[in-house]
Amino acid sequence: MFAFVMRRLAVAIPTLLLLIIFSFILMHLAPGGPFSQERELPAQVLANLNEKYGLNDPLWKQIWNYLTGIVLHFDFGPSFVYPDRTVNELIASGFPVTLTYGTLSFIVAILAGVSLGVIAAIWHNSWLDYLAVGISIGAQVLPNFVMAPILVLVFTLWYRLLPGGGWSFTDPTFWIMPVIALATSYMASIARITRSSMLEVLGSNHIRTARAKGMPEHRVIIRHALKPAMLPVISYLGPVFVSMITGSVVIDIYFSTGGIGKAFVDSALNRDYAVMMGVTILVGALTILFNLIVDILYAWIDPKIRY
Amino acid sequence: MVIQQDKMQSLAARMAEDEVKGRSPWADARKRFLRNRAAMAGLVILILVALFALFGNRFAAWSNEDLDFNVMGQVATMGMPSVENGHYFGTDDLGRDLFARTVQGTQISLMVGIVGAAIAVIAGTLYGATAGYVGGRTDQLMMRAVDILMAIPYMFVLILLLVMFGRSIAMLFLGIGLISWLDMSRIVRGQTLSLKNREFIEAARATGVPAWRIILRHIVPNLLGVVAVYATLLVPLMILTESFISFLGLGVQEPLTSWGALISEGARTMSYGTLWQLAFPLFFFCITLFGFFFVGDGLRDALDPKDR
Amino acid sequence: MTRLATATALAIVLALPSHGATPAEGDNLAENQELSFWILDAIKSLDPQITSSRTDSDMIRQLFEGLLNEDAKGAMIPGAAESWEVSEDGLTYTFHLRDAKWSNGDPVTAGDFVYAWQRAANPATASEYAWFIELMNIVNAAEIVAGEKAPEELGAKALDDKTLEVTLIKPTPYFLKTLSHATTYPTPQKVIEAEGDAWTQPGKMVGNGAYVLESHELGVQATAVKNENYWDAANTVMDKVTFVTVNDQNIALTRYLAGEIDWMNTLPAGQFPRLQGEYPDQAVSTPWACSYSYLFNLSDKGPEALKDLRVRQALSYAIDRDIIVDKILQGGQKPAYYWTHWAIEGFEAPEIEMAGWSQAERMEKAKALLAEAGYGPDNPLTLTIQYNTSEDHKKLAIAVQQFWKAIGVNVTLNNYEWKVHIDRLNNQDFEVARYAWCGDYNEASTFLDYFRSGGYNQGKYSNADYDKLLADAATAENPADLYKQAEQILVGDMALAPAYHYAQAQMINADLRGVPLENVMSTWYAKDMYRVAE
Repeated sequence: MFAFVMRRLAVAIPTLLLLIIFSFILMHLAPGGPFSQERELPAQVLANLNEKYGLNDPLWKQIWNYLTGIVLHFDFGPSFVYPDRTVNELIASGFPVTLTYGTLSFIVAILAGVSLGVIAAIWHNSWLDYLAVGISIGAQVLPNFVMAPILVLVFTLWYRLLPGGGWSFTDPTFWIMPVIALATSYMASIARITRSSMLEVLGSNHIRTARAKGMPEHRVIIRHALKPAMLPVISYLGPVFVSMITGSVVIDIYFSTGGIGKAFVDSALNRDYAVMMGVTILVGALTILFNLIVDILYAWIDPKIRY
Repeated sequence: MVIQQDKMQSLAARMAEDEVKGRSPWADARKRFLRNRAAMAGLVILILVALFALFGNRFAAWSNEDLDFNVMGQVATMGMPSVENGHYFGTDDLGRDLFARTVQGTQISLMVGIVGAAIAVIAGTLYGATAGYVGGRTDQLMMRAVDILMAIPYMFVLILLLVMFGRSIAMLFLGIGLISWLDMSRIVRGQTLSLKNREFIEAARATGVPAWRIILRHIVPNLLGVVAVYATLLVPLMILTESFISFLGLGVQEPLTSWGALISEGARTMSYGTLWQLAFPLFFFCITLFGFFFVGDGLRDALDPKDR
Repeated sequence: MTRLATATALAIVLALPSHGATPAEGDNLAENQELSFWILDAIKSLDPQITSSRTDSDMIRQLFEGLLNEDAKGAMIPGAAESWEVSEDGLTYTFHLRDAKWSNGDPVTAGDFVYAWQRAANPATASEYAWFIELMNIVNAAEIVAGEKAPEELGAKALDDKTLEVTLIKPTPYFLKTLSHATTYPTPQKVIEAEGDAWTQPGKMVGNGAYVLESHELGVQATAVKNENYWDAANTVMDKVTFVTVNDQNIALTRYLAGEIDWMNTLPAGQFPRLQGEYPDQAVSTPWACSYSYLFNLSDKGPEALKDLRVRQALSYAIDRDIIVDKILQGGQKPAYYWTHWAIEGFEAPEIEMAGWSQAERMEKAKALLAEAGYGPDNPLTLTIQYNTSEDHKKLAIAVQQFWKAIGVNVTLNNYEWKVHIDRLNNQDFEVARYAWCGDYNEASTFLDYFRSGGYNQGKYSNADYDKLLADAATAENPADLYKQAEQILVGDMALAPAYHYAQAQMINADLRGVPLENVMSTWYAKDMYRVAE
């Protein structure tokens, strides 16, 4: 197990390196620079800006400086578009927000999704099952950029229950709509997976044996069925967390939460090289981390798997 | 949104097994599929949507780009769905016929979905089959590369590509297709490994058939079931991805449109009394996704029945 | 534009009353004196010399104060300067500062202005608005920006703590009008040197405006509270100003209607008539000094067809401006047949032939001209229109595509991000491009200068007569007539196809008073506003 983790971490480094170099080159190939603007800047000002941000160096040197900055000082450089802030500051202000509503959505999606799936499986082919399947299919295909404005309309304008946007770490009323909008489609997917794998497990021999021994049904489900049924759900969760962070663009746009999803899209559109790199690296690292956690969880639940 | 990898693996194993036994899994599967009501309903839906995309324009009274100046500027009152003025689905904010635009958006979305899925499936199959068949060092290297690529946040890269190189359908196809071939390549590789020591492959190799030919002639056909199911389930994911990209404004260029673009436009104006702008595209979007899910699931269940 | 240098050797001393919020007779002030103002994008920088965005400037104007302010109609009134004189030759301005304090209690001195202006011009600051100091025609500004002279040589000197002397390279009719621009605001040298780039953070920032920065959560909101050290704090009623970022205009409108936002100064296209019907006391449309056009690429890289005047005329005639204004935008914009915004102070609208025709006549002429130029069904003209990402630009481009289709021109639309759009414009990589210009100050030259040979002029239009008229206007007693002639040349040559003159369709909370509705620059000060009780 330990060796496995180490090996995966060793792969992480070249992966990130590849990602950095790839994005770096991509950005510099692109038309338009961070200082492209309507009035062309005087040559001297442009030269100074390029100097200040190190854009005069050859590409390999820029990449090298960037990498050494990260490794030696954990410094992701200054933002071009938000000159008052460094990338570290931008991420430090945006990431906790994204992480907060992302984690909450994650938890909500799992709890609601698994419950829905288990209920549907236990009362297979009853009206409860149909209801659960109906909900999960509907929720799965409704894009969150449709759901978000509906939520604002209903909860902010019509019922005046929730603030229509903004963020606070202390006031949960700001969290509700972002979490609903972000969690719904994942909840639906989890419910579908749980239902089908639960059905499979419930039909398997060892469950039949447990039932035959006269074990009460709720114990059969909790003790014996739930754990193996969770395997496919878990393998689904790794990519989900990361795609939630990507999906947070929609949340940031509609609910003014100030997270890093919007920061990323903005930085790409504004050629804010440093911010874009910073966010890409962060999300890349998270992807690796979550894939790893999923693999470990997998091994823990299913002792047959050896790495 | 997800394709369950464990089920795909189980399906792949079953397909290989049956093929080797010399009994086609397809005949039984057809029977099972025809009995599956949800899957049949899905298939009917998909056929109808495809007919709508192909022949819808014959019934449209307007083209997808003409502005109706009588409606323009008072869309909320004049632009609602009506048979009289030929706007069966109403008009968009500029007075363009929503029926024609939905037809055209359906074409684009289906095309993105199908071409994207095809790219993913083809790339994944060839890559996985090659790695598995060649084996050894090459296999190790190729699969390490897949491990590395797995950790790249694709949606980010796709956004980058579209921002950097401008929006174009080709980039969209490519970008969307490239997102999903990795899982496919893993499954295919696993299957290839188990196939390649079977007698019929050994025989082919002994008679001097070149490697690429063995891969294409003997290994790929054995994976057809997996490929079909995978592709069917991938299409809706591609369509969803495209809709997200369109929401960000990075989708196809006007006056072309897609479901994603129409839905996000409709969602913007939904509180201004023009709900049909959201309702019609969303309806087609949803039923098509259902259709693909049902057909994909049905196909998988038919090919890999648990009660065997 | 009033000319400042008069024939007699008289120094002009202006001492107008300053503005401040003075509630009208019969208004009961509300308990709650807070204003929340919607902004589309996050604030990029609150450093007056660094920022290049209009949104940022709106906030900076609350936190700092320039030599002059604008009143509700856009006229210049004393700000940090109490009075000023102009020399006979129009080259030297002397400003007398009032006794005012920074928010940390330090006195505001002439040296603070000198520091700020040098800082803006200094290439080491790398300000994207360094050109603004050049535009003011201050002695040595251009050389400093180009890195040829030291910043200390700038023609702005502190004669003593309260007297600022500015020397110009030539008489500049609009000079005073530049002084309410954020780039010219004073900045506290001590604080900047102590804190570096982080000096604009809440708690660190020191300003001389009516408000001090309380918090700034990027992409969420920024708040400023009343500055008790401000010289006119006694007349400042509004206690708190919040700039709320909402990236989606429609959501912003929903939140306005829910009472979370007090003032939206732009509305989604096409929604104004409905809102005016439903909320007549809140919806209002005001002219705004920006003009929208389709720019033709006349450079060597541009298509051959566009070098033919007849083609450009045909394209311009075929655009149905009434449809754009009345059916698409619907927010009180006006059709444009010339470049300078109609509401610019002292600007007299030129006679434009095409403005008098009906659209049917225009279409007929357009078709005839195209045929004359050799384009027709057998040899159709094909063009691309480039526009940057935005719902409104998209709608207009689609409409223009259809207008041009009606005269047999096939158009492909190319949508780019703003940065790429600008980059392509700057490199003349376009055929026809959507372009809008917003005045930097309230005088026609800010618009007309764009098309001067060597101006920003991305289509590379060039006409010697036009250039001469502009040069003459800069020193003329009454430039209005020259501007009129320049416009006629511009439209005669059809260097662009003007589309419409901007207006701001706004929603303003019914109990909010003091919003300047007649200022075409849409410059506003929260200190002039107050809220009344129902």
